[in-house]
Parts: sequence; C-alpha cells; structure tokens
Amino acid sequence: MACPDQSHAKPRPDRGWLTRGVGFTVCCLWLAASPASATDALTITNQGNGKGAAPCMACHGADGGGMAGAGNPRLAGLNAAYLQKQLDDFAGGTRASPMMQATAKALSEDERQALAAYYSKQPIPPLLAKPSESPPAADGAGAVLATRGRWSQQVPACVQCHGPGGVGVGEHFPPLAGQSATYIEAQLRAWQRGTRHNDPLQLMQHLSAVLSEQDIQAVAEWFAAQPLTAKGATP
Amino acid sequence: MNKMPALLCAVIALYALNGCSGRTTSSVASGSPAPASTLTSGAAANPVAGVQRAFTPPSEAEIPSGPLGDTIREGRDIFVDTPAHASAYVGNTLSCSNCHLDAGRLANSAPLWGAYGMYPQFRKKNGHVNTFGERLQGCFRFSMNGKVPPLDSAEIVALETYSWWMAKGAPVGVKLNGAGYPKQGFKPPQPPDYARGEKVYAANCALCHGADGQGQQVAGRNVFPPLWGPQSFNWGAGMHELDNAAAFIKANMPLSRGGTLTDQDAWDVAMFMNAHERPQDPRYTGNLAETRAKYHDDRNSLYGTEVNGHLLGSPPAKQ
Repeated sequence: MACPDQSHAKPRPDRGWLTRGVGFTVCCLWLAASPASATDALTITNQGNGKGAAPCMACHGADGGGMAGAGNPRLAGLNAAYLQKQLDDFAGGTRASPMMQATAKALSEDERQALAAYYSKQPIPPLLAKPSESPPAADGAGAVLATRGRWSQQVPACVQCHGPGGVGVGEHFPPLAGQSATYIEAQLRAWQRGTRHNDPLQLMQHLSAVLSEQDIQAVAEWFAAQPLTAKGATP
Repeated sequence: MNKMPALLCAVIALYALNGCSGRTTSSVASGSPAPASTLTSGAAANPVAGVQRAFTPPSEAEIPSGPLGDTIREGRDIFVDTPAHASAYVGNTLSCSNCHLDAGRLANSAPLWGAYGMYPQFRKKNGHVNTFGERLQGCFRFSMNGKVPPLDSAEIVALETYSWWMAKGAPVGVKLNGAGYPKQGFKPPQPPDYARGEKVYAANCALCHGADGQGQQVAGRNVFPPLWGPQSFNWGAGMHELDNAAAFIKANMPLSRGGTLTDQDAWDVAMFMNAHERPQDPRYTGNLAETRAKYHDDRNSLYGTEVNGHLLGSPPAKQ
C-alpha cells in the first residue's frame, strides 16, 4: 500500500509510470480522507502524509535514531509530550527550522500527536545505547559544565535538569545523551540567537547566553559520548 | 533508607547548615581587616553591608592528594549525594546540595565557607553553644529527617573536613558577605498569602518540582527534590520557616533564574510550600500546641497553625 508523496516523486520515464502515479495519488487521497489512516503514524514516518509532510525516516532514520552527521536528532524513546510540543512549536514558529516548520505545518494536530506517541514508544537504537569508544575527559571543560555548571554566571550543571548523564527528565527536559554533538551544538546556538525560544521560563535562552563557542563544543561532545543509562541523583 | 533522597537530602542539609544559623543571634559585624589574599571586596561585596567581606572558596582542583584530600572528597561526595554516601543517617531523599547549591560553594545559598567560621555559636534553637559538628548533626536530624551521626563518625568528620577546606583563608567569627541566605531587611510588602503563592508555584516551580511538590526522579533518585511530604525535610528544619525559605527562593529559584521573582512572590510561594504537610518535628512532645509553644513560637513557622482548614503538624504526620 505504498503511497509516495507527490512532492518527492521522481521524474517518470514513461506513461505507465505516470498511470501508476495517478493511481497512487488516488490511493493517497483516499487514505488521507480516511479517519483511520489520517493518524497512522507508521505510514507517515515511512511515506509522509500526502499533504506536504515528508516521511520522517528520510531525515530521522528508519529506527528514529537520527542522523548524527546531518545533525538530525534522535526521536526514538523521547517523551511524547516533549515531541508533540516541539512539533507544535515548529508549526507556531517558536522553534525555527525550514524543513521541520514546513513539515509540522503540513501535519494535523492529530497527526502530530500520533507521531509523538509513536516515536516515544520506539526502542532506543542499540548503536546509540553504547558508550562512546573515546569518552571525553572526566575533568575536561565539557564534563565540568555538564556535571557542575558555572555558578559564577548562574549556570547550573546541565544534569541538574536533564538528569544524570543527560538521560532526560519528564516532558520538559529532553535527553541529551544519545543525541549527536552536531545537534546539541546547533540547539545551543539556536537558543543563543533566539531562533529557538520555546523553552519554559526562558531557561535555555538565559543559560546559553553566557556560553562561549568552546563551551558549546565541549559540553556537546561530553553529552554525545554519554551512554544511555540512568544512574539517578544529580548535584 | 531508600536511595531516592539524595537530592532532597542535599537541600535539607544545605538548609540546616545555614538556614538554621539564621535563628542564631551571633552574626558578627566586620572586625579587623582580613588578609587580602583570601578576601575580596568591591563588585562582589554587598553595598548595603559594606563592612562585610566577600570570600572566594578554593577551587575543587586544589583539593590536595593524600589522606586529607581523600576525606575532603568524601565530605563533598556526602554533600552532593547524601542518601548514597550517608545512608545510615538519612531519612528522606534529599541531599545537602539541594539547598546549598554548587556543592555548598554558592554565595547566598548558605555556603559552607560562610558557616564554618561562625562556630562554636550559641543557638537559641537548642539553648547552648554548638560546635560546627553539632550543627551538622542538626542537619541530619531535621533537614534530612534522619538520625544523628556521632560527632566522631566518618560522615561528620568528612563533612567537617570538607567545610574546613572550603573555608580556608576566611576569617573566624566574621559573617562574610554571601553567608547564609540574604535575609537582612528582606520583608514581605504584604503578609504572605497562600492563594497568591499557589499561582507563583504553578507558574515558576511546578515545571521542576511537579504540581504535587514531589519533585522528579530518575531511576528512583531525585533530580528535582520534593518540597513537602514524607520525603522532604521535617517540621524542625530551618527551611520550614518562611523567612529562610523566602530568602533562599528569592536568591536562587527558579534554578539559574535567581533574583527574578519579586520579593512578594518569594514570600508567597514560600508560604505555599510550607503550608503543606511534612514529617513531624522529632521534638514533638505528643501535644501540638505545646510543641509549637516550645519550639515554633515564631510567626515564620506555620507549624501548629491552621491553613485552609488543615492543622499543620497534626497527626497523621509521623516522625
């Protein structure tokens, strides 16, 4: 029951392909009109929703593990309420990303909810659960910021909100472990620039303002190298 | 006890160290100048209390190697994860560092360097001169809702050693700028109000501490400490007093946004927090009114008073 997104269709070499394309389009329209398929998260992740939302897997991977090199984040195993808020915020513009804003706007509220629930239940890809082969120094700048903070500038340790090792806490404090350094760095810069400003109590906008580029790189590397295991307790 | 309370213990212990000191009368005005090498003045100094001196504790990287350094580090470990490292004496899920931020280093968060040199001290709370060790015992009894470690226990020795190390170079018997919580002249414009406090809480505190005040846990351990209820500090802890709680909140909450709440908001939300039930005061005599008269005869304590139809400190609160 493949229903390719028209916007992603490849050039068609012959009329036979075109005929099939029309058929698929009809199929997609039919599916889109069906209440059951409108919130079929698995279909959307694989094929888009036929209304302009691209297939999630194209950027976030078939297993929701993200694509580290491109800075596309892991979605698998994240809190559902957090994921849904991010989709809502992309649509509303408090979080900027050309790709995700277009995608989120093309998703209905039900679809956003279904996708958030879907990814929250996906297992963490085994590759991400493994500790890094070369973890950053325990007393390095990134480790100190992550686990002790910089209180002279009112910066608590990252783990005081994001949990031990950055495993994430509840719906407001997403995991940093299991995300790529590229993604974490990009978010810290987005907080600094204000292109992302959907944080509760403006916590991240204020924290990021005092971080240097070196701080950002060091702390992002530290979290990217953390194993996805929670030991509990933060300072 | 269980292992959940590390964070809460930190909070309680932090409060106990300096919050309780707020009840004492021995704050010392500045005396003779201290060595410039250890004390600083200027930008960091409180302009209101210009006679006080700011102090910068040594960096953790300066903790020496060897047996002394090992004990200092042991004290630090107890301080930041109390349930894990002092489990025999902890009765809740808090850690010292919950209320004494940055491992007891942060000014205006009752830092250890501000407390250490103020003992021995006469304390109204128990009517005699307390050593620093006895003061630490009080933290365990009240803020950690636990048992009192003996003065020569490894736990008290380690915490005392950590505090001594952090206060190295600070003058003895001098109230340093940033010691305790900033309570001087800190009064509510209007009397603290539960209903207003409830709104402040929902807007600024529930994000981390939860709508039910029970904090948030990962793997059974606190990330955000419970503010009331069975896993929080008991009715004998200094943090249950409104002036201590309001001053701590004003200076330090929400975490990383200290100083952003209005004075009124800080007092109102302190009242909201401390108008909830928590473990019984271990000094409870069996009679609530008598216990209040004996230990809580202060408008900053809601213990034994009725709020929203509930008599605070009444059974079934347990020791």
